[in-house]
Amino acid sequence: MLDRRQVVQNLLAHRTDQLIISGLGAPTYDVANAGDHPLNFYFWGAMGGSVPCGLGLALTQPSRNVIVITGDGEMLMGLGSLATIAQHRPANLAVVVLDNERYGETGQQDSVTASGVALDEIATACGIKALRITNQTELDDLVLRLSVLNETLFSVVKVANNDYSRILPLRDGVEIKVRFKQALGS
Amino acid sequence: MASQIEPDQLVHDWQKVVIQAFLDRQIQQVAFVPDGGLKGLIELCQASEKLTTTVLTSEEEGIAIMAGAWLGGQRGVLLMQSSGVGNCLNMLTLSENCRIPLVMLVTMRGEWGEFVPWQIPMGRRTKGVLETMGVDVYRVETADQAGPTVSAGIEHAFQSNRAVAILLAQKMIGQKNWGNK
Repeated sequence: MLDRRQVVQNLLAHRTDQLIISGLGAPTYDVANAGDHPLNFYFWGAMGGSVPCGLGLALTQPSRNVIVITGDGEMLMGLGSLATIAQHRPANLAVVVLDNERYGETGQQDSVTASGVALDEIATACGIKALRITNQTELDDLVLRLSVLNETLFSVVKVANNDYSRILPLRDGVEIKVRFKQALGS
Repeated sequence: MASQIEPDQLVHDWQKVVIQAFLDRQIQQVAFVPDGGLKGLIELCQASEKLTTTVLTSEEEGIAIMAGAWLGGQRGVLLMQSSGVGNCLNMLTLSENCRIPLVMLVTMRGEWGEFVPWQIPMGRRTKGVLETMGVDVYRVETADQAGPTVSAGIEHAFQSNRAVAILLAQKMIGQKNWGNK
């Protein structure tokens, strides 16, 4: 199975001017592990908010690509936001869900993706182009698609349930915000 | 007739003043879960070329959308009914933790001859829960106050990086014709 830290390193290895939002918990640690950057907006709470935040950012920064990297737990809490995205489907928005089928921060409880809920099929039903990534070849294809992003793209990446130690980026929301806006020039 | 427009759903003069306040204060994004009392304002916003409108599946999405919009450099306003405030609580912590401005325009239910008892619990607690969550609350009682209060609330939010809610009194919105249906 794909390794979550390696997946995110692959996704961000050739980042140029993308705006990255990470969902709370493991995705934030994975993004920080791939390299801290002022254009990483790390969520540490407001569960369910990373994807709609990405939509708002994509709508207001049409010349930049926005990539939201989150987990299955947070995506499930904000499931309605896939439907909300559908009315706009901005060409510069990508959502990548690292799906380990668990709630990592709270003790590795199963999420409903462990029961077969297919987030990619839900995105498809919302009219969003969706990929299901289970191996390195498909991941390499995703990395390529992100580099030439021209339509809203949703991806579920099935990852192993490796319990990595946390990599802790900034936790202060004001610092995260100020740094991000200064780097973006907005 | 069932097809008759409800009194609360007409385009009211105060709504024309409110959208002008939006435009004067550089609002570019408007998101909402629709309410009858907001119908006229929503239509005006949708018809405006200067505003991007987003219909939400749940109100808390709008808080995160407006945070993202502000990070991207645009001002936005979130429209909802008082019942929707209840759906917002944890997402308001995004605004508080990051000191990201937020403007909520809330049409009140449950406080003026309310026909639907289910509206009363959230309506009665709207102001209290917003204040508990650190939101600065304004209130509009009469139509003539709407424009100036919305302008003031918008400036308060974006100049001071605060979450602001402007509550629009149910008395001002107009009552539905429950008897006709």
